Amino acid sequence: MNDMSPDGYTTEDGRSIGPVVMEMRNITLRFGGVVAIKDISFDIREGEIRAIIGPNGAGKSSMLNVISGFYKPQEGEVWYMGEKRPAMKPYQVAQQGIARTFQNIALFDGMSVLDNVMTGRIRHMSSGLFAQAIWKGRAEREEVENRARVERIIDFLEIQHIRKTPVGRLPYGLKKRVELARALAAEPSILLLDEPMAGMNVEEKEDMSRFILDLNDEFGTTIALIEHDMGVVMDLSDRVVVMDYGKKIGDGSPDEVRRNQDVIDAYLGVAHD
Amino acid sequence: MAQPSQATDGMDSVPALLQRNATRFGGKPAYREKEFGIWQSWTWAEAEAEIEALALGLLNLGVETGDFVAIIGRNRPHFYWAMVAAQSAGAIPVPLYQDAAAEEMAYVMDHCGARYAIVEDQEQVDKLIEVQEGLHQLEHMIYVDPRGLRKYDHSKLHRFIDIQQQGRAARHEFIDTLKARREKLNYDSVCVMLYTSGTTGKPKGVVLSNRNIIEASKSSADFDHLSRDEEVLAYLPMAWVGDFIFSIGQAYWCGFCVNCPESPETMQTDLREIGPTYYFAPPRVFETQLTNVMIRMEDATRLKKALFDHFMALARRVGPAILDGHAVSGMDRVRYALGHALIYGPLKDTLGLSRVRVGYTAGEAIGPEIFDFYRSLGINLKQLYGQTEASVFITLQPDGEVRSDTVGVPAPGVEVRIDPNGEVYYRGPGVFEYYYKNAESTAKTKDEDGWVATGDAGFFEEGSGHLRIIDRAKDVGKMADGRMFAPKYVENKLKFYPNILEAVVFGNDQEICAAFLNIDLTAVGNWAERNNIGYASYQELAGHPKVLDMIQDHVEEANRSLSQDPMLAHCQVHRFLVLHKELDADDGEMTRTRKVRRNVISEKFGDLVTALYDGSREIHTTTEVTYEDGRKGSISATLQIRDAAVVPLETAKAAAE
Repeated sequence: MNDMSPDGYTTEDGRSIGPVVMEMRNITLRFGGVVAIKDISFDIREGEIRAIIGPNGAGKSSMLNVISGFYKPQEGEVWYMGEKRPAMKPYQVAQQGIARTFQNIALFDGMSVLDNVMTGRIRHMSSGLFAQAIWKGRAEREEVENRARVERIIDFLEIQHIRKTPVGRLPYGLKKRVELARALAAEPSILLLDEPMAGMNVEEKEDMSRFILDLNDEFGTTIALIEHDMGVVMDLSDRVVVMDYGKKIGDGSPDEVRRNQDVIDAYLGVAHD
Repeated sequence: MAQPSQATDGMDSVPALLQRNATRFGGKPAYREKEFGIWQSWTWAEAEAEIEALALGLLNLGVETGDFVAIIGRNRPHFYWAMVAAQSAGAIPVPLYQDAAAEEMAYVMDHCGARYAIVEDQEQVDKLIEVQEGLHQLEHMIYVDPRGLRKYDHSKLHRFIDIQQQGRAARHEFIDTLKARREKLNYDSVCVMLYTSGTTGKPKGVVLSNRNIIEASKSSADFDHLSRDEEVLAYLPMAWVGDFIFSIGQAYWCGFCVNCPESPETMQTDLREIGPTYYFAPPRVFETQLTNVMIRMEDATRLKKALFDHFMALARRVGPAILDGHAVSGMDRVRYALGHALIYGPLKDTLGLSRVRVGYTAGEAIGPEIFDFYRSLGINLKQLYGQTEASVFITLQPDGEVRSDTVGVPAPGVEVRIDPNGEVYYRGPGVFEYYYKNAESTAKTKDEDGWVATGDAGFFEEGSGHLRIIDRAKDVGKMADGRMFAPKYVENKLKFYPNILEAVVFGNDQEICAAFLNIDLTAVGNWAERNNIGYASYQELAGHPKVLDMIQDHVEEANRSLSQDPMLAHCQVHRFLVLHKELDADDGEMTRTRKVRRNVISEKFGDLVTALYDGSREIHTTTEVTYEDGRKGSISATLQIRDAAVVPLETAKAAAE
């Protein structure tokens, strides 16, 4: 692993990673008697691509939902930007600058791609319902500004040709891209991606990997992602957290994780007591 | 040789035309490009400033007179500026096909010895870096889109706007050099070097002078009365001579606006938004559009379908006559006007062709049904016959004398003659200077009097004086019994069926003709859906017995039509097979302009050719394929070989008599 000073480190490909922006401290999450997450701690640094991996049912999505504020852990603390985060509703978390995509695409099917992506800008709009309806003055100015930003994202993700197409008519791979566009439109400080490559073919995966790397490179967005495809994870991420049965069994650079015996066991399968 | 010694008013180079346009109508739009969802535009004065900044930047980078500057990217104003800036700085622009594989690019880059390359994005930068080892001359690369390139070593890599910025900053230092180099340009100086697609062998660098480009643009613009109010959409490869003539030659000569689409995928939407008045497309584009219209009409409501069928029948009957200004009864005119309000107008609008005043198609033969479809809607679609070596224009169809089976009369200033062996020759002001570093080919193609061999066989039609092209002269062969074998003619007949994408006909030195066919996935896929035929892959669909039945019907129909032509009745297709993969430029089976490479195909699929002639019913074969990222794989399939019914020659003769 690279030198881990409090101010950050430099990756193998020469990107400089900043200080910790988000920290999970001893998180435990229970659903009744089921322990989904058991005493897990890890941090996410600024500008980093951080992956959470693990076999099915390891608690990865639960972890993401804790970060996004959807689940409230029974024990433990979430620290964000150097402050302990109080209990929050997901929309409040979103307003703090944490955006996400979903494992099973959650877009508005009847709306066009453009409108879907525009919904990502809501936290940057302040004019009221009435002003929006009349669409004069500030409301108009705001829409023009926000549309301009959205167009940059559309250009970045190369979805110009489907700008006006209703999302319901799009193939799966493109829907995933639209969802990423919407999350990006929020200009998040942390972007949470829940299985961005699930169900994609090799070419689509390569495209998506390219987009993730480029957006990290271009906008410096911090990314936390959950992914099953080990090849993708190892290629993309700077540091990896490995979970199994709700516990953290590994944390470190892809190489370190790959050599970790517990991780190998979890993936190849050994008998659990 | 009849050539004007000098152009009038000192308009003897493309940069000079740019100065003129910027001075005379500087406030008029010269370029538009859709970016971030909005059409951005540059006036002639602004374009001139951009080009000057870039030219100064190039001088700052050390561009010398006579240097080659490779330009690799899709149609964007930046690359058109780059072409003119390179010439202004005394260099020679060499546009390359941006979808070419790295090795193909390496050959051309090495052949011209380009010291500079102006490219679009990371993809092109990566390709050049990959082959840089062998390119000792390449010094600097300039890219437009910075995405993903942040971490690259920037000692020899520069961003387009940075180069322009440096150019502006160093203006006082280089402006005199720039002016001097610009003034030195004249009719004889090289305007551009374009590589031919290389249907045979290695690509050749065709050197075109300002005289070639400006004379060809001037006379063709006069021929079609093009004005500075035209709008064109630039979407065809920049490395192709046609795009250079339309988007630079004619645009600078006339002063009209060149519009660049947002991305290749949005071309149809952009076309509709711009509504070009002057439009060029290869037959393939028209075919695809028509196929799409037909597919969507199949799914339309009954009323709409009935209206469409009714008015299209009317349009086919009277539309072309109305377009050509022939006599049509008053009643039909009223009906046609009603049809225009209900069907033709909205359809043309959807196609983005409502404002087209002059439309051209060339490169390949166009199917008569397709051609007539567009003309019957009132779109003035015409054909031309041209070559890179001619600066495009050899023959053109004048308004009112348009037919699908001829290519028109010689372009203004161009002389055409037919050799006794049938090959077409031409000469005129557009004739290229020479092939770069290839005196042998130059001498073989262009004789001392300036006559150029086209390599095509054709004849002038009695009466109309229009030229008809039959085939490539070298492809015209002889069958075993000594009769003429013209594969392209037969292939075109087959390709006119929407279900058939490509055809390759064999028959040289053989008793009978046989063919490889490619299905059109869009058309056949739609047909399969309609007929409840399930398929998992292209290969499976291509081998489906019902698809083969349908294709067989097409082949037999084409045979019947061929039997009507006394010259070529013996070229009917006796046996055929449907290929398990699409012929593709990445596999070397076609050129980048999608012309089939016969030799490559007959070599690569040698086992299949043998099977066509040895009477077998089916054959198992394995074929190597190249994926888009350059990796190789292979697919194997068992192909059926079908016998198609042919019209016996004796009956054919009797019918013809």
